[in-house]
Amino acid sequence: MPAATALEATTAGGALLVLAIVLPVVGILLSFVLGGRHAGRIAALLLPASLSVACIVFLKVWQSEKSLSYVVGNWKPPLGITLRADGLSVAMMVAMAIVICLIGVFAHANFDSRAASAETRAPMVFWVMLMAISGAMNMIFLGGDLFTLYVALELLTFAAVPLVCLDGRAETLQAALRYLLFALLGSILYLVGTALLYGSYGTLDLVLMSQRVQIEPATLAAATLMTVGLFAKTALFPLHLWLPPAHAGAPAAASAVLSAVVVKGSFFLVVRLWFDAMPGLLNVAGSQLIGALGASAIICGNVVALRQRRLKLLIAYSTVAQIGYLFLMFPLAADPLHLQYGDALTGGMLQAISHATAKAAMFMAAGLVYAALGHDQISELGGISRALPMTMFAFGLGGLCLIGLPPTGGFLAKWLLLEATIATAQWWWAIVIIAGGLLTSAYIFIVLSRAMGRPSAPLILRAAVPKYQEVAALGLALLSVLLGLVALGPIDVLQVGRPEAPMAWLR
Amino acid sequence: MNATTLFGLCGAALVGIGLYGLITNPEPLRKILAFNLLGSGVFLLFGVIARRGAAAGLGGDPVPQAMVITAIVVAFAATAMAIALVQRLWDETDRASIGSDSSETAEEKS
Repeated sequence: MPAATALEATTAGGALLVLAIVLPVVGILLSFVLGGRHAGRIAALLLPASLSVACIVFLKVWQSEKSLSYVVGNWKPPLGITLRADGLSVAMMVAMAIVICLIGVFAHANFDSRAASAETRAPMVFWVMLMAISGAMNMIFLGGDLFTLYVALELLTFAAVPLVCLDGRAETLQAALRYLLFALLGSILYLVGTALLYGSYGTLDLVLMSQRVQIEPATLAAATLMTVGLFAKTALFPLHLWLPPAHAGAPAAASAVLSAVVVKGSFFLVVRLWFDAMPGLLNVAGSQLIGALGASAIICGNVVALRQRRLKLLIAYSTVAQIGYLFLMFPLAADPLHLQYGDALTGGMLQAISHATAKAAMFMAAGLVYAALGHDQISELGGISRALPMTMFAFGLGGLCLIGLPPTGGFLAKWLLLEATIATAQWWWAIVIIAGGLLTSAYIFIVLSRAMGRPSAPLILRAAVPKYQEVAALGLALLSVLLGLVALGPIDVLQVGRPEAPMAWLR
Repeated sequence: MNATTLFGLCGAALVGIGLYGLITNPEPLRKILAFNLLGSGVFLLFGVIARRGAAAGLGGDPVPQAMVITAIVVAFAATAMAIALVQRLWDETDRASIGSDSSETAEEKS
């Protein structure tokens, strides 16, 4: 097994991976030591530092075209824990770090902890949890064994749930509790799967697992349990019931983190499970079933989004639909008959990244509209695009990305997926992708046409909106548009460290 | 039937009961209890796996034992957080349910 032994040593620059996980944790501890009033300032230092670490790792992996790894304490797997940064992890790490940083800029206005004389709960919790989410996401992207990934997943949930109920209203508490119960069900199912896999193969390391894994009842049961658990955490239809109230009820900055970043963590684990830990194990029926769930999510989420009266709920249901696109890559990328590995996988990851940027921008824009008007009823948005032109422009650009118009990242992602449907002769997914795009454009059009219409009464803004909040939203929206241009540049980085022969168990 | 199989079956039964309770019970507190039952089943499963992997003179494979300690800590933290949320919800509304709006209005009418 030459590939495994080469991976098992700590590579040059491997310590950066530890830094990516430790930096946010240091920030959290410092916030508790120095007091909550400093949490905002600590986050303002540590989140950009974490971003720069992510960028350095990205550049290293991109240039050397080899994955980085770090063997913790020099204890080699199967006993020890390895951190690995391959193409998928560095791309997601950089994208999520950028989104989290811009959300931090946006949130500065709402959660400024310096103004208050005493420590207040909401800002302290927000900044600590934002750093915790940053650390947990990095751990999910870098974790090299299934149990480390379990711990990271739990950290992510425990950081995300308090963000839902930051304002402490009864309905948000209820949404948070429902989210937590769904998440607990998901994590315990994942844990059962981990136990079964360890019992069968004596390792949880992703690389060793991919070499030992076989098709047998215990493996399939474990994989099914873990996948269902992760679906509950990712809010894939029909386990999406917790998502709309949780994401729509939270403050705008928190909604943006939850919708853009947190759901991608458990999605990334599904990808790790099926493409890294058990490559080639997903059979046609299983992948078609996952694809069918994704397709139902696209159709149902979009149709329900069309019927929403409140802007934030519309965006939340749109998240349900966009999550569906992520799972379309499973029938397209894991088809054992065609072995079309590359393009659909790239398309799926690009969809995750472009949805993160676009959806964060849209939630921020909705939050600014809410702050300015005091409500977010879509029917009474008239005149808002004249009052907040930059905000509505950001909303529109994010919408273009969700619809998938060129040159946005959403376009490139959906184009790659469409290409894969043709290459693998699975035309039925193409219909879903196009129908989903049409439905998305319908609700984006409804919102924009209302916003550009005349107000029924002269519009009185309840509060002035800080310029930099609008700039943060617009920055994210522009990123989602420019993501389409990565086709010219670093898109190949996603393939770094992919196993060359995915069908290890066939040999 | 040896002890390992017996404990394995016990673990499976606990998982089954817990899963049933978690899905069917409407009250959050019962759901949390069911989650703990389900968790106990999984922890027992880890113990069984450790016992099955016994080798080199050890009574059990230490790796699943190390994992189960972490899992117990995580489950404890999760339970604490869920109970804190239930209590806060009770303080706010005098009612701790996560049912949909229709069932709440029905409760209010009765």
